[in-house]
Amino acid sequence: MIEHPGKFPFTRGIHASMYRGKLWTMRQYAGFGDARETNKRYRYLLDHGQTGLSMAFDLPTQIGYDSDDSMALGEVGRVGVAISSLADLEQVFACIPLDKVSTSMTINATASILLALYLAVAEKQGVPWSKVSGTVQNDILKEYIARGTYIFPPHPSLRLIADIVEFCAKEVPGWNTISVGGYHMREAGCTAAQEIAFTLADGITYVQTCVERGLKVDDFAPRLAFFFNCHTNFFEEVAKFRAARRLWAHIMRDRFGAKNERSMMLRFHTQTAGSSLTAQQPDNNVVRTTLEALAAVLGGTQSLHTNAKDEAIALPSEESALLALRTQQIIAHESGVTAEPDPLGGSHYVESLTDKLEQQAREYLNRIDNMGGMLKAIEGGYVYKEIYRAAYEHQKAVEKKEKIIVGVNEFISGKQLKLKTQKIDPKLEPRRRKELAALRKKRTNVDKHLATLKKAAGSSDNLMPVIVDCVRHYVTVGEICRVLRGVYGEYRSTHSI
Amino acid sequence: MRSRKPIKVLIAKAGLDGHERGALVVAMGLRDAGMEVVYTGIRNTPEQIVASAIQEDVDVIGLSSLSGGHMAQFKRVMELLKKEKVKGKLVFAGGIIPDDDVKKLKKLGIKEVFGPGSSIASIVEFLKKNV
Repeated sequence: MIEHPGKFPFTRGIHASMYRGKLWTMRQYAGFGDARETNKRYRYLLDHGQTGLSMAFDLPTQIGYDSDDSMALGEVGRVGVAISSLADLEQVFACIPLDKVSTSMTINATASILLALYLAVAEKQGVPWSKVSGTVQNDILKEYIARGTYIFPPHPSLRLIADIVEFCAKEVPGWNTISVGGYHMREAGCTAAQEIAFTLADGITYVQTCVERGLKVDDFAPRLAFFFNCHTNFFEEVAKFRAARRLWAHIMRDRFGAKNERSMMLRFHTQTAGSSLTAQQPDNNVVRTTLEALAAVLGGTQSLHTNAKDEAIALPSEESALLALRTQQIIAHESGVTAEPDPLGGSHYVESLTDKLEQQAREYLNRIDNMGGMLKAIEGGYVYKEIYRAAYEHQKAVEKKEKIIVGVNEFISGKQLKLKTQKIDPKLEPRRRKELAALRKKRTNVDKHLATLKKAAGSSDNLMPVIVDCVRHYVTVGEICRVLRGVYGEYRSTHSI
Repeated sequence: MRSRKPIKVLIAKAGLDGHERGALVVAMGLRDAGMEVVYTGIRNTPEQIVASAIQEDVDVIGLSSLSGGHMAQFKRVMELLKKEKVKGKLVFAGGIIPDDDVKKLKKLGIKEVFGPGSSIASIVEFLKKNV
């Protein structure tokens, strides 16, 4: 079958002209410390040519704890920015108009709250929700499998996800409601074929959930997005993206009966593989990231994050973050690879790799279907075991030197260069405690809002309007989650070796 | 002189960090090397880790953290071990831990820190030598 870019099943790219028409979004994941520091870094990156924002939140924010919670000890501002209330998110977007930039938020269990906060900031800026664009990751299944920032058990979590999809279809049409991710499962150790299969299987579960809620596929599917890893095996990664597009197109048309072509297009963001980068000889990481970024571009990604060279050691410093961005700009503007969509299409090697990965992924998808779907496969421990078995095999291969990592098990340098790394201010946590104490004193009617929330959480109403109202009144992330934890309970992982 | 009982190791994830790959790979490697391994899973407070170590009567505690919370959490583990008068347990650590913090952790009594690029073989050797 002859395939064309922009034509079903979109193996060669979802648009006919791809980067000739529009470059991928350069969307560097960033955020750390408090809102002030993060605002400064976002404005720095935008000033230097980044074309979309990507927000990293700290673990307490992702797991529904305010910065002053005892569970947040030692974690505030470490892996991303600390956001506990509207005051914090407003500060993040100071001098950044929300109708001029799109924002992707890596947030899952607390996605409804962060989306509500973002919409509240838009209101404060005078930007109508119809002009707001961005993404929430909102992909709880991979959290249970490989990332760990879950809060509630699966059924209430899927309800919250569907609430966002339903709400945005009506109120925020420019919003990408789920970014179904394979990046993290790949970082956890799975193979390229597993990355495709487990990601699409998660996607199938979300589509199924929304359809069972009564939503029509073509009303929400065009706003689903995906998030893939780009790892070190160059041609395999290009083939992986092509196979994923082909598979998803068929799933949406044949399994879910989608009629709108936009429902069948696998739109995705890519991040180069953090796990491929080394603490030893960090400059080598610039080379690795460049090759991985090139593979993602040749693979037709819509959006790209390139890692900084200090990835294995710390959060990116300003200098290393800049170089990571420049890597994309050089590929985009100097290399010429954007001249044609799917330039490797027709290569015997890449086409056969595409077919092979498609076949392997299909086998996994069938196996998961036979288990009763991805949720059952996750709860039975199948997915977790597959991933970590692959991770262990990889480690053994490295230690046996069957797999070479330059600078680590071969071509080792005795000299260790000291990198100047990004540090988190030790006074941050006490400062946040003070800020939150002051905020809590200033507000009124918090209990009334939380009571409304509790009632809605126990009903089948869409929770988004209630959550938006809470955050408008400076109810905090932690306060909202305490109520929801009370109603839904907490997920207990059964992972074991 | 060690008896022929296998070395028993608790591999523990501290704090909110959900990066399990290193902890799991080490746990599986130590088990294949003949040790008895208990893995805590993610999301453990220092109190939970120390309680598990006592309950499981382990010889070794391996602490893992990749999200930057290691100073606060590992320090608390060491304080609790002292407070509970827990003796004879070797504590080591792994994850993303800057060199400056490695020095501080060793001062707290953590015997060794295995950062990115460490091999299972080196951890096995270290444990066999020190337990």
